[in-house]
Amino acid sequence: MTMADEKKNTVQTAASTNIDRRQFFLKMGLGSMGIAAAGTAVFGYQFLSPNVLYEPSPVVNMGKPESYQLDSVTLDVDVRIFVIHSKEGYFSLNAVCTHLGCLTAWKPEIDTIACPCHGSKFNRDGVKIAGPAPKPLSWLKMWLSDEGDLMVDRSAEIRPQQFVRV
Amino acid sequence: MKVNVTRYFEDLQKTKVWRSVFRGGTGTSTLRKSMAIQQNVFLHLLSTKVRKRMIEFNATWYLGTLTLGTFGLLVATGILLMLYYHPSVPQAYTDTKDLQFVVSSGQFLRNLHRWSAHAMVFLVFAHMFRVFYRGAYRPPREFNWVIGVVLLLVTLLLSYTGYLLPWDQLAFWAITVGSNIASAVPVMGDKVRFLMLGGHFVNANALLRFYVLHCMILPLTAIFFVAIHFWRIRKDGGLYARNSEPDVLMTTASTRPMTEPTI
Repeated sequence: MTMADEKKNTVQTAASTNIDRRQFFLKMGLGSMGIAAAGTAVFGYQFLSPNVLYEPSPVVNMGKPESYQLDSVTLDVDVRIFVIHSKEGYFSLNAVCTHLGCLTAWKPEIDTIACPCHGSKFNRDGVKIAGPAPKPLSWLKMWLSDEGDLMVDRSAEIRPQQFVRV
Repeated sequence: MKVNVTRYFEDLQKTKVWRSVFRGGTGTSTLRKSMAIQQNVFLHLLSTKVRKRMIEFNATWYLGTLTLGTFGLLVATGILLMLYYHPSVPQAYTDTKDLQFVVSSGQFLRNLHRWSAHAMVFLVFAHMFRVFYRGAYRPPREFNWVIGVVLLLVTLLLSYTGYLLPWDQLAFWAITVGSNIASAVPVMGDKVRFLMLGGHFVNANALLRFYVLHCMILPLTAIFFVAIHFWRIRKDGGLYARNSEPDVLMTTASTRPMTEPTI
């Protein structure tokens, strides 16, 4: 290595490690703006995401078991669930179609739960028979209250074929 | 009589007040006429000079201008509809019915708003097809095509957000379905839906969010991009008229890497 090369190297190292005042302030400015932007993004996300929701409770009282005849499928459009009284016992299905969220309806003449939006069909156990729905209708947690009413937690999905016997 | 009016107008143009408002452009010289365009805040987005061929019906079928026209109608009727509409769950549907059956001229304004919205979506697509098949998206206008795609998305979002506002069955289920489609976004789909609706269901928060998007955020976004869209027409050499393009542009349009900017 010649002396000229050595000198060049030192100059380069000096230039890459020492930043001048202008660069320092530029980096400080850009850095603090970046931090401010990231903070704004976080605050923005938090602001847009509501902390308290005035939505109805997921737990609903569906009344006395006797009001549901044996072998019947009953839709409650307000709470969007089916209460089904079968030979094995009572159970509840989420009536919201698993395709795109439309409200399904019970069609007794064809013994089928059908969705009006895109034609998905389910049997009374929630199993898909036809249409674009990707999943079966989910079974919802059901129990008897102390007063003997059927209670359903719409937010709690359970494995199928679990019945409430009265 | 006619001569008098013309003379009064000319005299008016010479007054100090007029001159303070309209800086350039009195007189008939080309320079003065150009300055009248260039020095006006509204008109400066447009080219100061255009070829006649460019503004003939045949060149563009006026589809872009018609789209702007429907947008103007939508803003005007939309502002009037806002005077009777409350974006709240108990009132939204009854207000819509009031507009339809009770408010004087309400039905006319609402229908005008709705039909203009349909027309605008149709015209945006027609405009884009026209630009596409004429090859008017090619350099130097390629970035203006991108802005056009943004404007297409804004138009569709305006339609979608406006769909919910009548708060009837059609609105409710359309937005239920639409927001569930949004939740198909990988990984953060459910979060996207939650932020969009401001909750887990299409409810009061969703109605208010869609209202704010429909009446404030999206129209302002549209105006912003329309301004750039128009300004780019001028910067990219004016409206596209095939016959008036330079020969070099016609032969090498697809391979040419850069274009000299024009005024």
